[in-house]
Amino acid sequence: MGALQFIRRGELVQIAQFAPDQTLLDYLRLSEKSKGTKEGCNEGDCGACTVVLGTPHHGGVRYQAVNACILLLGQIHGKELVTVDDLARGGVLHPVQQAMVDAHASQCGFCTPGFVMSLFSLKHEGRKVSRTDVVEQIAGNLCRCTGYRPIVDAGLAACNTPADYWHVAQAETCAKLEAIQGDLFVGDTHCFFAAPASADALAECCADHPTATIVSGNTDVGLWITKQMRAQPRIIYTGRANGFADIKEHDDHISIGAGATYADAEAILVALAPDLGGLLKRIGSRQVRASGTIGGNIANGSPIGDMPPALIALGATLHLRGGPYYHHMPMEEFFVAYGQQKRKPGELVWRIDIPKPKPNQIFRAYKISKRFDQDISALMAAFLLTVEDSVIQDARIAFGGMAATPKRASKTELALKGKTLTEAQHAALDDFTPLSDMRASADYRNDVANALLKKALLEAVGAANTRVLA
Amino acid sequence: MSFSAKLQTVGKSLVHDSAELHVQGSALYIDDMLEPEGLVHVAPGYAKEGARGKIKSVDLSAVRAAVGVIAVLTAQDIPHKNDCSPTLGDDPIFAVDDIQFHGQVIFAVVATTRDQARRAARLAKIEIEAVAPAVTVQDALKEAKPDLLPPYAFRQGNVQKTIAAAPGQIVGEFEMGGQEHFYLEGQIALVIPGEKGTMTVYTSTQHPTEIQHCVAAMLGVDDAYVTAECRRMGGGFGGKESQAAQWAALAALAAHKTGRPAKCRLDRDDDMMLTGKRHDFHVNYQAGFDKSGRITAVDVLLQARCGYSADLSAAICDRAMFHADNGYYYPEYHIATRRLKTNTVSNTAFRGFGGPQGILFAEQMMQAIAIQTGKDALEIRKRNFYGRGRDVTPYGQKLRDNILLDITTQLEKSSGYAKRRKQIDAFNKQSPILKKGMALLPIKFGISFTFTQMNQAGALVHVYADGSVQLNHGGTEMGQGLYQKVAQVVAETFGIDVSHVAITATTTGKVPNTSPTAASSGTDLNGMAARNAALAIKERMTAHAAKMWKVAKSQITFANGQVKAGRKAMRFGALAAACKAERISLSSTGHYKTPEIYWDRATGKGMPFYYFTYAAACSEVLIDTLTGEMKVTRVDILHDVGKSLNPAIDIGQIEGGFVQGMGWLTTEDLVYDAKGVLRTHAPSTYKIPCASDVPEDFRVKLYESKGNVMDTIYRSKAVGEPPLNLPISVWCAVMDAVAALKPGTVPKLNAPATPENILKAVKSL
Repeated sequence: MGALQFIRRGELVQIAQFAPDQTLLDYLRLSEKSKGTKEGCNEGDCGACTVVLGTPHHGGVRYQAVNACILLLGQIHGKELVTVDDLARGGVLHPVQQAMVDAHASQCGFCTPGFVMSLFSLKHEGRKVSRTDVVEQIAGNLCRCTGYRPIVDAGLAACNTPADYWHVAQAETCAKLEAIQGDLFVGDTHCFFAAPASADALAECCADHPTATIVSGNTDVGLWITKQMRAQPRIIYTGRANGFADIKEHDDHISIGAGATYADAEAILVALAPDLGGLLKRIGSRQVRASGTIGGNIANGSPIGDMPPALIALGATLHLRGGPYYHHMPMEEFFVAYGQQKRKPGELVWRIDIPKPKPNQIFRAYKISKRFDQDISALMAAFLLTVEDSVIQDARIAFGGMAATPKRASKTELALKGKTLTEAQHAALDDFTPLSDMRASADYRNDVANALLKKALLEAVGAANTRVLA
Repeated sequence: MSFSAKLQTVGKSLVHDSAELHVQGSALYIDDMLEPEGLVHVAPGYAKEGARGKIKSVDLSAVRAAVGVIAVLTAQDIPHKNDCSPTLGDDPIFAVDDIQFHGQVIFAVVATTRDQARRAARLAKIEIEAVAPAVTVQDALKEAKPDLLPPYAFRQGNVQKTIAAAPGQIVGEFEMGGQEHFYLEGQIALVIPGEKGTMTVYTSTQHPTEIQHCVAAMLGVDDAYVTAECRRMGGGFGGKESQAAQWAALAALAAHKTGRPAKCRLDRDDDMMLTGKRHDFHVNYQAGFDKSGRITAVDVLLQARCGYSADLSAAICDRAMFHADNGYYYPEYHIATRRLKTNTVSNTAFRGFGGPQGILFAEQMMQAIAIQTGKDALEIRKRNFYGRGRDVTPYGQKLRDNILLDITTQLEKSSGYAKRRKQIDAFNKQSPILKKGMALLPIKFGISFTFTQMNQAGALVHVYADGSVQLNHGGTEMGQGLYQKVAQVVAETFGIDVSHVAITATTTGKVPNTSPTAASSGTDLNGMAARNAALAIKERMTAHAAKMWKVAKSQITFANGQVKAGRKAMRFGALAAACKAERISLSSTGHYKTPEIYWDRATGKGMPFYYFTYAAACSEVLIDTLTGEMKVTRVDILHDVGKSLNPAIDIGQIEGGFVQGMGWLTTEDLVYDAKGVLRTHAPSTYKIPCASDVPEDFRVKLYESKGNVMDTIYRSKAVGEPPLNLPISVWCAVMDAVAALKPGTVPKLNAPATPENILKAVKSL
């Protein structure tokens, strides 16, 4: 049904045939022969391939930086694609480019196009930015030469320059993008890229093609393609499905559609609990959070996912849908074993309901990793303590990185019940037998899991100076 | 020729020559070049399992049968020499009988597309006899086999006796990890075969001459038939000094076999597994000191993991020894090294080249003495500085340019060290979980290749009749701004605007027999060579102008694009045209060799370094004693660059070097498993610093210098490697912070100071 359509340099591009698992980076470099966008790692961790995608947004265009190396070409259906090759117009550098030159912000220059595009998207957020904002924006762009200081300076300078061509053209671009509608299905039943346009069509498509690979952000599946070289001939992309990414606030809980990206859900999660906000900023990078979805992270059952332990501690409920049928379960029951989840072929993770913490509940989440930003956790810990008169009435504690799946510390939860916060500080975890790997040793994981329990309890009684990140 | 006159171009913070191209993505790296017709792609192949042992069987039938495969190459396809070693001939391009590390290349696939080549390479069935690999320094020591290279030591005095007799003794042992270069552009080469067996090799390398030689030797042709060219690298850091050769060789072999252009670009994971890294070291030492903390004798053994082959390990371990003193005078010493063979990839050059490892030892020892004696670490350091009557290094070089005390004292004042020390102590008293730490230390870094013959460079300069200048020299551009600095030197020499100096790619076809761009020497050597070439032409132009105007040559000046003598003047281009009309050559080579230096390795004495670059840094950290997490909160740096050729570029080197070194000592953790497999072979698991790791409060200043005391190019100083050592202050600050938990006890901290290693140090108390 139709062809892939996107807007490039103001023009509609249509592609009727393409390999479903072709990456956007390969499309740019090998098909378009646009060599400005670089390949640094081919796994979404260095940002050298950063490009910007525009989506219609309240009559204008919302620009977000993404990693082209692990984005599928099909995922840009209905979007505007902006790459570093496009920014200079009429021989004049774009303000971001000029600021980078003026700040001496490039040395070898290989990472530079990615930084330019990350800063371009920040400039288009249209807000006054601080140094911290710039640093957060470029957490997913690695530079091995400069030490970043001049790049941050350039970002600050560039975001305070006047509007550019893309600002001026955004109403027109929005109209062009909104004209691209309907379900997309390119290929045949053996080899296809499908992007259903509604949630119902998505559920139907998944049920009809139970062997297809369901892709949301492709931040994980992307590596199956680029690193494990596993062909993905049948792909169903969820990102176009209207109604699949809805975020709703209710009196006692919030509800997040499985297709909502981390970026989409950021505001409501930050409001839910400050520690969720802190955690969210440390998941992947801006690029990854613009593509990756909370539902996708749950669906693929990664033992190192950062969100599941927090959501389990909060008592989240997971809703699934297979064709017309819905069912739900407590989040922790979804994770059966390593790489094994309670999801049947053709079924979709549909929605996550997260209860709001009550006034007598204390929520804490901690991520431990070698690097603060854009790292995979060695361990994750989340605590929800229900406290009355300094006595723990109930405790929900969940860890990531301590077992093959995100898991509750049931014995410890029981042990804490009925203890005062101070008494509880002497409790020791006895729920896990973690493994050693390249991220941490088993001993370290055990030590720190205990230390984080202690830290949560100390913070619960108001201890100060407990975190190196303010 | 005097350059005391006011400088016009040299000393200005002009932007990098490629900056405008970088920001548009239009600077061409090799993978961005238009692909020639018929291009084939090469991917290396290796055994999925096994790190050491005989190759029992190799079945490549599935590889040959795969879609798009044109040829499969093994050692049998090499016409002449199966080696890509820079030194001892022990790096086979293809392993033949056995493999010595996981990932050692056994074959290569040539295919129509890169994707096809990569897919096919995975289809090989290779069986390796399983022999337990020696992975760590400890494993290597247990094997009781000869070391990879002979041990070497500097020695003076009866060290053990002096230590025993000293009022104070310190004993220490720690480990420091290696470091992956993580240049953003991975290893790559593109080879175009020409007539009569010639090859043009476009290669991302710091050492085109080495690539030329390796490819020629492999093919069995004269070096003159191979041209190696590099316009720019997307980062090098030492990782493309010797280890760019194998990939160029594979591409050249594919071009030779197929008669078609061939490209070999490593995937990031392969790049990280198949190419060498900074050497990790195990350090054991003892030292004696007097009541003031001044050292009387040092006995240190530095044991390096070299990997499976020699590569550049000899010179790297030597440089660790040359820097085991840092800025400190050891009256008696035994500075020993062992160079151990392990079944891991051959470790190689990395910015600092062993120097940082030597300095880390010296600074750990200073910090440990301070903690043990309860004295301020800065006082201990100052007490041990080189000074009057204490100015000869363990390798017999007398310091002629010592500014250690001045640069340290200036930074001590500007960083508010004393006041902050008090604030930190006060904070630590009232904060049980979080602790702060701070360290201020100097760096003294020796400049010159210690292999004396490498301290030479060549250049080729053309002046065209329109007055434009084409510049070529043997140095390569990896982002450090070498091309820009040398262009500024040439523009200054001719008195023209730098925009008229066209910078061209480094190629063995224009400048032969070059040294690698390494050892921080690029500008010192190539700047001088280019200046000499420009001066030769300028001399001829001056003579012609003097003849035309009938004035003395000494009256002729070149400035602002004009050539003048009194009231007579003409444009530089007009004089060039006049010279051409008079049949005067406007092209010249230039050559430079560093004067004075010599080194006698047998006696361990000499003057291996032309001069030293000095710097100082003060770093403050905050650690979490429950989890080991750490944040660098403030850094102050004062760096001597002599008279800077380009302050903005120098600051860039300092900041970038600092952050890179900080990565080495904090987040960058290379993990090999017991089978010898590198488990951190991608940026998902190997974490170089990102923007948020750089302290928000980061104050970098250039030291007010009267200029290098030695006659370097415009009295500037080398700046590439020295700043990489400055974050040793971060690591020492972590030691300081951990020690706050139990004053008087030296924490057992290894490098890198990952959360896990910091927590181990906490638990060691």
